[in-house]
Amino acid sequence: MIKTETYQLSMGPVHPSTHGVLQVLLTLDGEKVVDSVPCMGYLHRGIEKLMEARTYFQCLPYTDRLDYVSAMNNNFSYCHAVEKLAAIDIPEKAQYLRVIMAELNRIASHMIFIGSLAVDIGATTGMIYPFRDRERILDIFNELCGARMTYSYIRIGGVRSDLSSAIVDMINKFLADLPSMLDEYNNLLTGNEIFQHRLKGTSLLSGEQARRLGITGPMLRASGIDYDLRKDNTYSSYDNFEFSVPLGKNGDNWDRYIVRVKEISESAKIIRQALDGIPDGQITAKVPKVLRPPKGEIYDTTEGPRGEVGYHIVSDGSAKPYRIHIRRPSFINLQALNILCKGYLVGDVVVAMSTIDPILGEVDC
Amino acid sequence: MKRRYMGRDKLYTLKKDFPTDIDFDDAAENPSLIIRSLPYFPKIMHSLNTQHKFDMLSNITAVDYDDYFEVVYDLTSRINSEELMVKVPLAKASPALETMTALWPEADFHEREQYDLMGIIFLHHPNLQRILLPDDFIGYPLQKSYRQAEKEGENG
Repeated sequence: MIKTETYQLSMGPVHPSTHGVLQVLLTLDGEKVVDSVPCMGYLHRGIEKLMEARTYFQCLPYTDRLDYVSAMNNNFSYCHAVEKLAAIDIPEKAQYLRVIMAELNRIASHMIFIGSLAVDIGATTGMIYPFRDRERILDIFNELCGARMTYSYIRIGGVRSDLSSAIVDMINKFLADLPSMLDEYNNLLTGNEIFQHRLKGTSLLSGEQARRLGITGPMLRASGIDYDLRKDNTYSSYDNFEFSVPLGKNGDNWDRYIVRVKEISESAKIIRQALDGIPDGQITAKVPKVLRPPKGEIYDTTEGPRGEVGYHIVSDGSAKPYRIHIRRPSFINLQALNILCKGYLVGDVVVAMSTIDPILGEVDC
Repeated sequence: MKRRYMGRDKLYTLKKDFPTDIDFDDAAENPSLIIRSLPYFPKIMHSLNTQHKFDMLSNITAVDYDDYFEVVYDLTSRINSEELMVKVPLAKASPALETMTALWPEADFHEREQYDLMGIIFLHHPNLQRILLPDDFIGYPLQKSYRQAEKEGENG
């Protein structure tokens, strides 16, 4: 008599694309996935412990190294939390500059997503174009603060430097070219039948499942739940701008892709409005050289490209944080991996992993 | 729209339901809820989840103070657009409390991380194992008493 049994396959720890070092332990029945367990920690550096031994200003560069494809958003989130804790008021102009950079970085991050999704599916050509265009944003950041990836541009109290006219030109030119870039992706990928076939109707995540698993960001919105902190708990100067929140319907891989592509255009809308409306004034508030926030505790969240980035900071009144805990959206979103993979084929695991879009620097902290 | 901190009237209602088990600092602007009685802890959290509609457990963290641990839950209500910080002090000798995975399945990874790095035991957790550090790692590095090996090669 012929009998079958399940077996285990370890995918990783080296992931073939750019996400980082994640291992997925798969239990398979033939080619069908019975169970999948993400194993992380390969990139764990103990950032939370390191921060306890540093001043609030010295902690900032560590936030660059969490989600390293959207460092601006991490800087933003950390500074926002510290400012709330220390009750520092930020000049309006700095708020606008922060929003511009955070949204530019969101576009860059979503471009990475499109590129790595393409390469995960096997469309290597599809990767080249978003990566090429993302380089334009990195050039802007390089001009702005001298770094391509680790900016530390958003500082406690404001931002590091003002926009030069050269940078404004670069951003304007990028925004003008963005629609044609998106057309190119749409021609290459979105309209491609094989691409659609791989994404549509696979790895479903219902709205209820996503809500209960604490999924946030584009992944939650792809499941049809309208929750975006830029609207639902508006911070900085986001309530001055008109933009919409793209939603998916089915919560499949396709929706997770489309939602992010649409978010690129929405971010561009925000940047355009902010760039046109930059008020006059200071770019930093007056912050003491040695910052000693009053004794207390704060939890503050902002919307990163991957979801809700939260900082829980405990201050004992000294110049160093007593305890910092970071809510990293990728880490929590990975909890959905098993639901996304169960019952699908091994080839779909790579796609599901890709549309979760985890950045392992952030997962492992 | 801006999220509010849980209103004082609701805090008083909670205090009425659990008069001796919970506490909050009336003078503070946004008082966090302190749960003093561990047996009632799941009941109070259940009431927050169902009655007060906190549908999201955004964050769990643990803090190592001089003479006690404190587990902190950051709750969000997407329905009422409210937030609340809940604190549970634990004795140093037995830092253990009930898991919240039944009420908020998202608590799974949060709790495993706090177990891994701070050594808090979450009772009845479906899979309480180390999540970031290797399985054979000894010690809980986020505790203040943890000392890193001074010479290289002596870690772990």
